[in-house]
Amino acid sequence: MRYLPKSDSERRAMLDLIGVESVEDLFAHLPEEVRLKRPLDLPAGISEYEIVEYFRARATENANGYPCFLGAGAYYHYRPVLVDTVVSRGEFLTSYTPYQAEISQGTLMTIFEFQTMICQLTGMDVANASMYDGSTAMAEAAMMAVRATGRGRVLVARSVHPEYRAVLRTYSENQGMPVEEFGYVTAAGTIDLEELDRKMDDLTAAVIVQSPNFFGIVDQVRAAAEIAHRRGALLIVVFTEPVSLGLLRPPAEADIVAGELQSFAISPSYGGPHAGVIATRDKYVRQMPGRLVGQTVDTRGNRAFCLTLATREQHIRREKATSNICTNQALLALMASVFMTVYGKHGLRELAEQNLAKAQYLVGRLRPRFCGKSFNEFVVLTESKTPDDINKALLKKKIIGGLPLGRFYPELADSMLLCATEMSRRADMDAVAEAFQ
Amino acid sequence: MTPRVQPHISLHEPLLFERSSPGKLAYQLPELDVPAVDPSAALGADNVRSEIEGFPEVSEVEAIRHYTRLSTWNYGIEYGMYPLGSCTMKYNPRVNEAVARLDGLAWAHPYQPEALAQGSMEIMARLEAALAEITGMDAVTLQPAAGAQGELTAILMMRALLKKRGNPRKKILIPDSAHGTNPASAAIAGYAVENIKSSETGVLDVEALERIVNEDVAALMVTNPNTLGIFEENILRAAAILHAKGALLYMDGANMNALMGVARPGDFGVDALHLNLHKTFSTPHGGGGPGAGPVAVKKELEPFLPLPRLKRSGKKWAYDYKRKYSVGRVRAFYGNSGVLVRALAYILANGGPGLRRVTTDAVLNANYIRKRLEPYYDLPYSSRSMHEVVFSDERQAKQGVRTSEIAKRLIDYGFHPYTVSFPLIVHGALMIEPTETETKHELDRFTDAMISIAKEVETDPEMVKNAPYGTRTSRVDEVAAARKPVLRWKPAS
Amino acid sequence: MYSEQFRYTKEHEWVRMDGDIGTIGITDHAQQELGDIVYVDLPKVGTKITQGATAGSVESVKAVSDIYAPVSGEVTEINPILTDAPEKLNQDPHGEAWLMKVKLSAPSEVAKLLSAAEYQKYIEAEK
Repeated sequence: MRYLPKSDSERRAMLDLIGVESVEDLFAHLPEEVRLKRPLDLPAGISEYEIVEYFRARATENANGYPCFLGAGAYYHYRPVLVDTVVSRGEFLTSYTPYQAEISQGTLMTIFEFQTMICQLTGMDVANASMYDGSTAMAEAAMMAVRATGRGRVLVARSVHPEYRAVLRTYSENQGMPVEEFGYVTAAGTIDLEELDRKMDDLTAAVIVQSPNFFGIVDQVRAAAEIAHRRGALLIVVFTEPVSLGLLRPPAEADIVAGELQSFAISPSYGGPHAGVIATRDKYVRQMPGRLVGQTVDTRGNRAFCLTLATREQHIRREKATSNICTNQALLALMASVFMTVYGKHGLRELAEQNLAKAQYLVGRLRPRFCGKSFNEFVVLTESKTPDDINKALLKKKIIGGLPLGRFYPELADSMLLCATEMSRRADMDAVAEAFQ
Repeated sequence: MTPRVQPHISLHEPLLFERSSPGKLAYQLPELDVPAVDPSAALGADNVRSEIEGFPEVSEVEAIRHYTRLSTWNYGIEYGMYPLGSCTMKYNPRVNEAVARLDGLAWAHPYQPEALAQGSMEIMARLEAALAEITGMDAVTLQPAAGAQGELTAILMMRALLKKRGNPRKKILIPDSAHGTNPASAAIAGYAVENIKSSETGVLDVEALERIVNEDVAALMVTNPNTLGIFEENILRAAAILHAKGALLYMDGANMNALMGVARPGDFGVDALHLNLHKTFSTPHGGGGPGAGPVAVKKELEPFLPLPRLKRSGKKWAYDYKRKYSVGRVRAFYGNSGVLVRALAYILANGGPGLRRVTTDAVLNANYIRKRLEPYYDLPYSSRSMHEVVFSDERQAKQGVRTSEIAKRLIDYGFHPYTVSFPLIVHGALMIEPTETETKHELDRFTDAMISIAKEVETDPEMVKNAPYGTRTSRVDEVAAARKPVLRWKPAS
Repeated sequence: MYSEQFRYTKEHEWVRMDGDIGTIGITDHAQQELGDIVYVDLPKVGTKITQGATAGSVESVKAVSDIYAPVSGEVTEINPILTDAPEKLNQDPHGEAWLMKVKLSAPSEVAKLLSAAEYQKYIEAEK
């Protein structure tokens, strides 16, 4: 019981003050029928050393130190040491949501900086303090578009991350919010603009596209915006790889940008916790879910920050709130902030250029499935072998290959999604290329 | 005479953007081992951006000083007591941070082959089993990212079950003392919300419940112990009333730290509940998140759990995606695994007997505070307290001092404030939750501070109203922030 | 304080008639209860509102209160000053900070509203 700081004599003194005999008396009012009459069937507590040993053993049952060419919504990028240094500070790690502004200025100012950097990256006016992940950020963005337009229907590209689309279906199902999909052009791997145009109607609240899309291809944001806006719908642009924004033109034509920031120093951590974010135009800010930090002054006239526009949120507006979100991903947003600070204006661009160069090197030795322009991910044909055969061969060399696409796209069963980042070594990429021979 | 000096810069740390100056770097990338590529050629010139205007340009030293200085403007559990009611701000064991950062866990890719993810899957399976035992439920999903998403997931599952039975029904009943997430989650699941007034003793009014429950009611969402810190002693009867009409009982498990090893929701009629791992199970709040909101259910709801499910496949763990009745995906991948690691580490450290001790100490601490402060603060509901106690500012309001102002004064005494103005059914609420990880000494200091403030309110209410005085930032103008929102930095034009 | 020229509701709105156009606002009592008002959400011009139904909302930092239409009709004008200066609603709720103008569809509704004396009595009883 090393986390319990009281001695028995202290407990005794407290019970005496309260005026009860034993601690069990404090539970005497619980009805007999609801009480657990036996100890919990869990082993006794173990030491810190044993805990570390237990998790070390589990860690070795996972792949350890394998070069990995998986992307698909979770990316390997180097995490500067500064990131862990900052988030390990108890003042950031153990503090609550900064409702009490006077002793939360550290958290509040870092969120304000986070909001600003997300706006600079995405070309939007305002960004929130984070969402659970990219997938729920996208679903919430769709709900936001429904509120903003007073319409119900949502059109989502099939080239959006399949698991994000699945989450959208779960969220939309009971909200009178029909979700329909439109396809991609088989040659380029970009959205099928004709199909989008055909499926648009005046009841459509939002069109959702991802760029770079699930196939890693820079998609047709401008053309999608034009089609959506012509019919009075909003355009939601989704990103899963924010490093791309170091090089790619920001999706400035979008009305809402919903993305995943895991690439910014957040470890893949077997799928979470990651950090979603929503950014938008000023005029939609009151429809936006999630927390927002604003700048103000204190009574001495000094600059200060506080949570603001809270009337959008569940603790005030309850069933009419813009979202049910309460706990978010603040610490992960701070990690992303430190990452953006360390790389900065020049570093993020150079980092993106390195990702592009590595990916171009690898794709240059393989046969790409699509002719669209790709950033650090791309789909390749596996020719005479199956994707699984190739991955098996690579695993023998202790390399984790790409994602076989048949699971999500039956028509692409002969294809694999590969990702190369600044952490991909040339020798490992050569080994991947060889496995395709 | 001592010459006056300027205070250190750390109190006046500027925004990153103001600290930036062109050409400063805090990074260095390795030399490329492949040929460089011209971005315009590879991506198309019109796809390539110009520089990211306004983005930071600072050195490494400036970066670490920036964040370190900012951190000192915060308060954390490692400084002292953080008695936020309903938030369970307990000590976050540091070993949990260490194990969550082990390379094999932290750098596991969600799509790496199942055969090479057995460690992570084993951790999840073990945590699922432990949470099922603690709650007395049959099955657990670890996927929801936070409590509110757990609520949504569970209500979607209930809806699916009722639909399969022939009628999804129309509304969810929610007591007026509930967290705001409850009605917000019910609304996303497509339900109307009907509020139920609490009884005079601060618990669910079962007579009223009996009158309201009919074939339109899908479920009751109840927090137990409720947000007043009171155990819902009629919970068995409430469950019987609901079940007799084919409705379900949902429990918001935010306050599970008052029940571990003492009583189990599964034994008092609950059909589904969520847990907040960042409350009861000690994972840090991180200034707002991340958390995790696992959902535990009874057998009848098991087929509807979100995708995918962990299953045994021989001696190995595997994922089951073929589940006909599942509500589908609630998020990408499998859950906030890094948070799950921390929660399991906490459960292993305490063990079964330790978790019961956690609960009894938490309840002991809350009752100690109640006893010490009752002579000074109004206690609107005198029912027995569990892990937290809710006072009102009725006495202090007579001097014109409100709960929010008492809270700010508490900062000057070195404590984080309690939860202000919640639950909504208590006018001017002071909601205090000490958790089990406070020493007697700290509880004495805290209650002494609260008593001292009560006296200050009598002698100098104006002084209390303008607190805090000892912080870097004095009272913040939230009205100005909301009237003219400034939500990002912009360069001076 | 409460002009005889206005009619009032128990939800603390007022209406002032000018021909078949009614000007709507919230009462001084309402603004006091709400505290510092930070945002006013009003319907678009052309919206049809119904007596007793929600026709917008008023926000303080930590609360949202619905505005209930005191009369039925079509919104012909909304007060532009409230967008940039919601604080006017605290300063002059019966004058400069009116909310919207409505062309009444059922002018007989006005007679059913409270007179100044009745409203004053009502708010005193509420205390």
